[in-house]
Amino acid sequence: MARDERDVLEAIERRRRRPPRKLLDERITLSHGAGGKSTHALVEALFLPELRNPLLEPLADSAIVESNGARLAFSTDSYVVKPLFFPGGDIGELAVNGTVNDLSVAGARPLCLSAGFIVEEGYSAADLRRIAASMARAAAAAGVAVATGDTKVVERGKADGVYVNTSGIGLLERELDLRPARVRPGDRVLVSGTIGDHGMAIMIARGELELEVELASDTAPLASLVETLLDATGGVRVMRDPTRGGVATVLAELALAAEVGIAIDERALPIRPEVNGACEILGIDPLYVANEGKLLAVVAPEEADAALAAVRSHPLGLDARLIGEVRDEPPGLVLLETAFGGSRVVDMLAGDPLPRIC
Amino acid sequence: MRFVDEFRSGEVAARLAEQIAALVEPGRRYKVMEVCGGHTHAIYKHGVEDLLPDEIELVHGPGCPVCVIPMGRQDDAIAMAERAEVIFTTFGDMLRVPSSNGSLLDAKARGADVRMVYSPLDALKLARQNPDREVVFFAIGFETTTPSTALTIQRARAEGLRNFFVFCNHVTIIPAIRAILDSPDLRLDGFIGPGHVSTVIGIRPYRFIARDYGRPVVVSGFEPLDVLQGVYMILRQLRDGRSEVENQYSRVVREQGNPLALRAIAETMELRTTFEWRGLGFISQSALKLRPQLAELDAELRYELPGVRVADPKACQCGEVLKGVIKPWECKVFGTACTPDHPIGTCMVSSEGACAAYYNYGRYAGRRRREAAPA
Repeated sequence: MARDERDVLEAIERRRRRPPRKLLDERITLSHGAGGKSTHALVEALFLPELRNPLLEPLADSAIVESNGARLAFSTDSYVVKPLFFPGGDIGELAVNGTVNDLSVAGARPLCLSAGFIVEEGYSAADLRRIAASMARAAAAAGVAVATGDTKVVERGKADGVYVNTSGIGLLERELDLRPARVRPGDRVLVSGTIGDHGMAIMIARGELELEVELASDTAPLASLVETLLDATGGVRVMRDPTRGGVATVLAELALAAEVGIAIDERALPIRPEVNGACEILGIDPLYVANEGKLLAVVAPEEADAALAAVRSHPLGLDARLIGEVRDEPPGLVLLETAFGGSRVVDMLAGDPLPRIC
Repeated sequence: MRFVDEFRSGEVAARLAEQIAALVEPGRRYKVMEVCGGHTHAIYKHGVEDLLPDEIELVHGPGCPVCVIPMGRQDDAIAMAERAEVIFTTFGDMLRVPSSNGSLLDAKARGADVRMVYSPLDALKLARQNPDREVVFFAIGFETTTPSTALTIQRARAEGLRNFFVFCNHVTIIPAIRAILDSPDLRLDGFIGPGHVSTVIGIRPYRFIARDYGRPVVVSGFEPLDVLQGVYMILRQLRDGRSEVENQYSRVVREQGNPLALRAIAETMELRTTFEWRGLGFISQSALKLRPQLAELDAELRYELPGVRVADPKACQCGEVLKGVIKPWECKVFGTACTPDHPIGTCMVSSEGACAAYYNYGRYAGRRRREAAPA
């Protein structure tokens, strides 16, 4: 490579590693809610400077709170999915599973949740009951209680049906260090099943695309899958729940945080043919499409087979695969080895191809 | 995935790569331009460069529909979108293109009713559903997308819809290729010709390239094996001393194109005397507008627009990238001031733009890593 091309690429990497110092946008756009680069910029350049404290600083899925010898994980998430009911689930189930999963991938056993509802004036009480019932079923399945809640109603047109916020507390019972810094070259990357199902199911359910595809969201609580994995092996370095921004964004974040390279094998990616086909038509890369019931784990190389076997033994992990490995080079970057025989960069999501997916 | 996976086979690619390498004459370097942004995207997404010998350089061409729209037209679009009575519709990529007053997404955040559509027919549906609003479709693209706009116009006419308007920015590929061939700062050995444009216009319009400029043209499909085979066919012509128009994409492209599509275009649109292209400047007879008998559907006549030429930001070198004169990374702002999340120029916006494809996919391609390694 010509000397100056290398300089340009190094300048880009330096810039990528540097947290954004100021928000370049004057107004908030849908991109800021997509979970990719713009969301990072918003959180790191606007919220973090205002709210900075040691609990928030790691900007992880859950904050870790220690008090009187107990270690708790604390997390929150809001749900604005459209449509509210979709194949494979609804906003209620999604709101429970999403927060349960944020706690689970922090290595915590979820204990209880709060539920906040923002309801649009005129919304059907019967549908609200369906959402509440679905939350109850999801909470029971995940072994958590909805322990407290809140309701607000806004004028017609000021919200779109129902928005739900859940917060959750989990107990960290295991002596585990799951910080990205523990990721080492040679580690393997495991994904618990097919990717992109949730995002594409929502897009199809909106009916705007007029694609006839049978596809259901994968929304599911990962608590027992995580238990199974952690019981089977002590080799888990880090776990993630690849929701908005997809597997690509989560891996890119990990590579940056751990200052390692990650190589993914395109041929090893588990993707349903329906998801692949719909993505192909829409020009969307399934690596960037949201999942709501998938676990992504980095495991020590000598424990990779045991981890894979454990995940596959669980009903939610039947399609699990090892999809790649951690390398020294290039630090901070994810590379995909294509089925075609070439390679390419996999960066964080830029822009917002699929709004209001969760 | 049937009809896709077989065109992405690594095994076939490896064999074809060997055949290409065998065609390379020692000491000779080859510059091959892929005209289409769709090709550029496929090349970087699948890592096609990694399979080519170092002697072959792929040069990215002007065929990215989003990239060639000049800033002034984007200003016009925003002026329309900000009218209270207008629902402004366009394809996803256009939402992020900067104007002198932010992008359409920024206009949306300021309150404009801007909606993304997948087809002009979706815009027509919005017009039917919102009879009290005026729906404008921002039509862009080469001959690939022009027929769908033409058919939508015909349908709007047939239904007697009075609240549907088209902001026509359709361009034609041949004048752009000619401008590149006439540009003194670029020496090319051959062209990977547009695949989907050719489904509409056929392969005859490229004959002047082979005949008058002595350059091989191979019309190629958009799967990585198509591109690789296109390169192979160009090198074969060069070895034989031929310059012809060949059709690699014969599973889709007919020699005479698609007469029905061409007729729909001819019935609804006519050539503009001249049109500004981003970076390439004004090119005569290179774009289309609605025919005078369809004036009541023409958004340019309906609304008062700034309609002024707006210079690109000084730092932006999209024009040179579009002509293949510089590589994306040679642009002064590439990857620093201009990134996919905060683009300055169009080439960094569209997934078919050379800068976005290189930044998102290509910047650590195996070939670049190989060259970076100590010998």
